[in-house]
Order: sequence, then structure tokens, then C-alpha cells
Amino acid sequence: MDETQSTVLSILQDLTGEDVSSNMDTNLFDEGILDSMGSVQLLLELQNQLGIEVPVSEFERSEWDTPAKIVAKVESMQ
Amino acid sequence: MMSFDPYGNPTYFVLLFIALLPLMIGLLYGRRSHWYESLISFVFLMLTFGGIKWRTGIALIIYLIYQITLVWLYSRYRQRPDSPNKGWIFVVSVILAIIPLAIVKITPAVHHGASSIIGFLGISYLTFKVVQMIMETRDGTIKEFHPVLFGQFLLFFPTISSGPIDRYRRFVKDYESVPTREKYLELVEKGVRYIFIGFFYKFILAYIFGTVMLPTVEHAALQAHGISWALVGVMYTYSMDLFFDFAGYSLFAVGVSYLMGIETPMNFNQPFKSKNIKDFWNRWHMTLSFWFRDFIYMRLVFFMMKHKIFKSRITTANVAYVINMLIMGFWHGETWYYIVYGLFHGLAMVVNDAWLRFKKKNQAQIPHNKFTEYFAIFLTFNVVCFSFLIFSGFLNQLWFGARP
Repeated sequence: MDETQSTVLSILQDLTGEDVSSNMDTNLFDEGILDSMGSVQLLLELQNQLGIEVPVSEFERSEWDTPAKIVAKVESMQ
Repeated sequence: MMSFDPYGNPTYFVLLFIALLPLMIGLLYGRRSHWYESLISFVFLMLTFGGIKWRTGIALIIYLIYQITLVWLYSRYRQRPDSPNKGWIFVVSVILAIIPLAIVKITPAVHHGASSIIGFLGISYLTFKVVQMIMETRDGTIKEFHPVLFGQFLLFFPTISSGPIDRYRRFVKDYESVPTREKYLELVEKGVRYIFIGFFYKFILAYIFGTVMLPTVEHAALQAHGISWALVGVMYTYSMDLFFDFAGYSLFAVGVSYLMGIETPMNFNQPFKSKNIKDFWNRWHMTLSFWFRDFIYMRLVFFMMKHKIFKSRITTANVAYVINMLIMGFWHGETWYYIVYGLFHGLAMVVNDAWLRFKKKNQAQIPHNKFTEYFAIFLTFNVVCFSFLIFSGFLNQLWFGARP
């Protein structure tokens, strides 16, 4: 597991209280693990921990709805 | 000259079909004529805002010039290579964008129900589109400003009067491309199906609930005074009318967009099957609630968290829910019942989240089975119908004798 992936997963674990590393393709919104509030916290943590600035209007839910997609998204922005 | 409410009667649909036919044949052969699209848009806008309603047509034109200039100026400011991106300029721009709508909404409240001369059908929905444009320009997600494309986006006639509220970047992508024949045939098939479900919803079910049943139960409830079984009848009948009328309209708007090769987003997704209030807002008037989620709620939370206004994230979320829903209430109109409706839903979201947290903590003790699922749907349905009773303004009539 590379560094970005482990950072993203630990942020998600902090936010949701759940370890999602074994379900990289689970839909976080459908499962009720993440909501709008959680999304904003995620964006803020990405900014704090990885220095990635994602404006709220970049946050298109369908592009951020699984752990795998989030990791890919973050990697594409680094 | 003829004058129509959009999707109001059979003649409108016949004219619409005749106008769309050349466009559909074009799309089928891989061609999209912006010239022809603009022509039929113009004709249908004339039918909606012309004739005896010409004054609203003038109001629309002035509104457009005002908003396009405003967004153009803001965009020029943001596109400068050294743009300082000041917060106050952004806030002033958003306020300027909202002012016309605010005047239209406040006028009836201070002038005994008189409507403002700057108002026109659909001003609220155009305002959503303008505000989203300014916000995305601020974020830098929209980098260029094309006055013509922006105008086309605002004036897209199938959705101009009551949405669904599309997103600029999504709209432009469809507008500037031609779907493959296979894809387009799929869109036509869906579009035609939506329009026919729309007929069933709006002209049969909404007619039965709204025109046949509602006056009868309302009369009975007014006779009974106060709380009565008839009032419960009003609550359910009004809720059904509201849904079938609006969902029917939305299906027309989406269906017609599809025929034009534009995938306007859906507005309803079986809202009465929602298992809680949060779920409900993901299924009811979706383009409005997603607009509020993306452009108010999330931004508000982002701002409050970044500036650490509240220590607890729960407080942050709750305050944002109430503000978000209150703004929605005010947007509906400046009457006590719209504002109470907003407040009610804001508090319902707070309670909903508290319950979800409690449920997560006590997963082991709380039973979960088919029965509890049905009970959740039943409870949500009744909470929602009660909120629609507030929204309907009928209580205003019942308690204060106000004429609707």
C-alpha cells in the first residue's frame, strides 16, 4: 500500500470510525458511512494532511463515492 | 397572440412535438443545429412570456441582461492573472444576483399579496443557475465565461419555469456534443416514456387528488374547525396532489430535454419509499435539495469548520441543517407557513442525525428487520405529509381565515 492510500484510509477511518480498507469499492454514501458533513471533513483533512486543495464545487459525489475512487482522485491531484 | 403555461394543455404538446420533429431527425443523423434550437426556444419562450403576459417577457429580458452582465464582470475579475479573489467581492456578487428574486419574494408580503413588476415565471430557478455560476467561478471550476452558452443554459426552455435545476458544466457538455445514434434512441425511448408517465401523473392522478378530492376535504375540514379527521384527509390528499403534479411536470421537462439530446437530471426518485428524512431529501425535488446541499450546506459547513466556529462537529452539522432548511423556507416565500416548513425540516434533519448516531452506537440492542424497515418508511411518510400540510398554507386558512 502506498503512502497516499494509507493516508486517505486513515482519514476515512478517523472520520467514519470504520475501517474501509478491505472494502475499497463499497459505496460510502449508499451505505451511510459518509454524508455531506463527512465529505467536507474529508476535503479539509486532505488539505491539512496532504496539502491538496479541493474546492467544494469540484466535489462531484459520483466521483468520490468509494475508497478506491477517493484514492485515485487524490493521486491524480498530487 | 397565443399564450400558454408550459405543459399546460394538449395544444402545447402538439406544438412542441411539431417543433421538435426536425430537431429529432437531425440528432438521429448526428447533427445538432444550434440555430434551429434557438429558434424553437424563442418561439416557446414567446408562447410563455408573450401575448397578454408581455410584461413578464420584458422583465425576463431585463433580468437576463442584468445577470449576464453581473456574471461577466465577476468572471472578468476572477480571470485576471493576478485576481486577488477577495471574499467580499464574491459575497457582494452573490447578493446582487439574489436581489431581484428577493424583491419579487418580499413584495407580496409587504404589499398585501400584490406581485412585483420585475417578476416572471421561473425567476427562482434562473437565480439558482446564476448563483451556482458565480460560486463555481469563484472556486475556479468554471474558468471561461461564454455569454451565449450561459444564456442558452439559463433560457433552456423545457426547464425554464420550474426546473429541474441543471448544472452549467453538465449542460454545456451535452449542448456542445451530439449523442451517438444508439445513445440518442435510448434517450428518445426514455423521454417518451417519461412524458407518458407525466401525463398519467399530472392530468389523471393530480387531477383526481387536486381538483376532484381536495376541495371536498378542505371544505369538510373548514366546517369542522380545528383538528378533525377531515384535516388528516387534507394532509394526505394535498401531499398526493403536490407529488403527482410536480413529479408529472418534472417528467415532462426531463422527457422533452432528452428528446433534445440534453440529459437534464431527474427530480424525483420514489420519495414516499424514503426510510428517513435524509433519505427523503435525496429523493424529493432532488435538483433543488442537491443545489442546497452543494451550494449552501457544504459551503457553510466548510466555512464553519475552517474557522472553527463550533468545537463540535455535531453542532456544526446541526446549525448548518437548520440554516440550510430555513433559507429554503424563505426561498419558497415570505409567509409564516413556508418558514415553519423550513424550520421543521431543519429540525427533522437534526433529530434524524441524532437517531442515526444512537443507532450506530447501540447496533447490538436495536432490532433490524423487515418490520422495522416498513415502520421507518411509514413514519417518514407521515412526518413528510405533516410537513406538506404546513407547506400547503391550509392551516393559515383554517386558523386565521386567510383566503388562499
